[in-house]
Amino acid sequence: MDALKLDLSHYRQLLKQYIDTQDESALYEAEQISKRSIQHNISLEEIINTHINALEGIYPDLPENIQHSMSFLLEVMISYGLALQEFQDLREAQLEIKSEISVAARMQNTLLSTVKPDVDGFDIGVVSVPANQMNGDYHHFIHHADGTVGITVADVIGKGIPAALCMSMIKYAMESFPSEHKNPSEILESLNRVVERNVDPSMFITMFYALFNPAASTISYSSAGHEPGFYYHAADDTFEEIRAKGVVLGVTDTAQYRQYEREIHAGDMIILLTDGVTECRQGDRFIESEEVLEVIKSFSHLPAQELVESVYRHFEKLQDFHLRDDFTLIIIKKDV
Amino acid sequence: MNLTVDVQEQKDKSIVLLAGEIDAYTAPKLKETLLSLTEKEGNKVEVNLEQVNYMDSTGLGVFVSGLKSTKENNSELKLVQLQDRVYRLFEITGLIDVIDVDKTVQGGY
Repeated sequence: MDALKLDLSHYRQLLKQYIDTQDESALYEAEQISKRSIQHNISLEEIINTHINALEGIYPDLPENIQHSMSFLLEVMISYGLALQEFQDLREAQLEIKSEISVAARMQNTLLSTVKPDVDGFDIGVVSVPANQMNGDYHHFIHHADGTVGITVADVIGKGIPAALCMSMIKYAMESFPSEHKNPSEILESLNRVVERNVDPSMFITMFYALFNPAASTISYSSAGHEPGFYYHAADDTFEEIRAKGVVLGVTDTAQYRQYEREIHAGDMIILLTDGVTECRQGDRFIESEEVLEVIKSFSHLPAQELVESVYRHFEKLQDFHLRDDFTLIIIKKDV
Repeated sequence: MNLTVDVQEQKDKSIVLLAGEIDAYTAPKLKETLLSLTEKEGNKVEVNLEQVNYMDSTGLGVFVSGLKSTKENNSELKLVQLQDRVYRLFEITGLIDVIDVDKTVQGGY
């Protein structure tokens, strides 16, 4: 790091101006020098040296005892100078880490990228927003040859980079399952064993897995402790919680998952989400799930993608809204 | 966003009194205290969550590590007096079936 030199003559001029007049404007300039010095990495020793030189320039016959006192001051400030240097090094190191994390985040996006299915008779919308750089939420669509679609929504408990790494493992584990192996309960049972064996004890995963059959207009699903989604009944304009029993992945190796099935009727919606949606907060106030459903209802005339984006924007716009957790919302609408 | 963690040693068990919020910021402190107790061979640990008004999934992670540690150290972990919102988290995640959670009753085993 090259330490730039201070402008000695400027410094001397200002110092003299202040000594002669005690003028505020000289002090203001001094403050500017201080700021510029920090910007340009000028060391503390350099500043004190400049001060000594300027003082000697103004008073060529500066008493020897004052000169000695300046050398003394220089010595006293050395540790501060070193601490400042260390602070600057740390700041640079932090910038480096930040940029590495953003590379990792981009890589995560590539690794975990998924394509929203385009299915006749249905309209699907997805929004997934990380609270920090790395998203601990995960959603994935698997397109099977028979026209069915596997839908995963998951949340890794334990945030940041470890969570993201864990998610990549899950994705590849799922892709390695044979294609005839697509029942939600079987998939969760297999994944549970993978997670239980391979993941740190304080980390676990909640997952909702659904097998969506557009041709039959049915959806079968199981849940590993995941935040329940909702089913919207167009006929009576009501929401019903999609409850499914099952423990989170990675806690016990013998977990079993019940599989449920339901038919999707015209105009109805399936709403899948993560707890980032239901644990939203405005200031100190929790946003209740009824409120989330009201908001969904108010935008339900929109196409699915616009619908989910409008819901997210609605909460984002609230005053004091702070996204504490990753936010993922998937809505599947059956055409009327 | 703060959590106070108080430990009271009784003759047959350790009681952990929590007050505040359990989230990513406060969880490490709780984890350290909790594991130091569950790692004592045969220890009975009771965590009182009456004064915990917010817990996120990071908090669940702490109790899951606690549970795993009880299995390795032959100790016991019990959570008591949970507020509705916190209890709901254990319910949704299915953890009420693997961790000893007592929503209402105060006190002993």
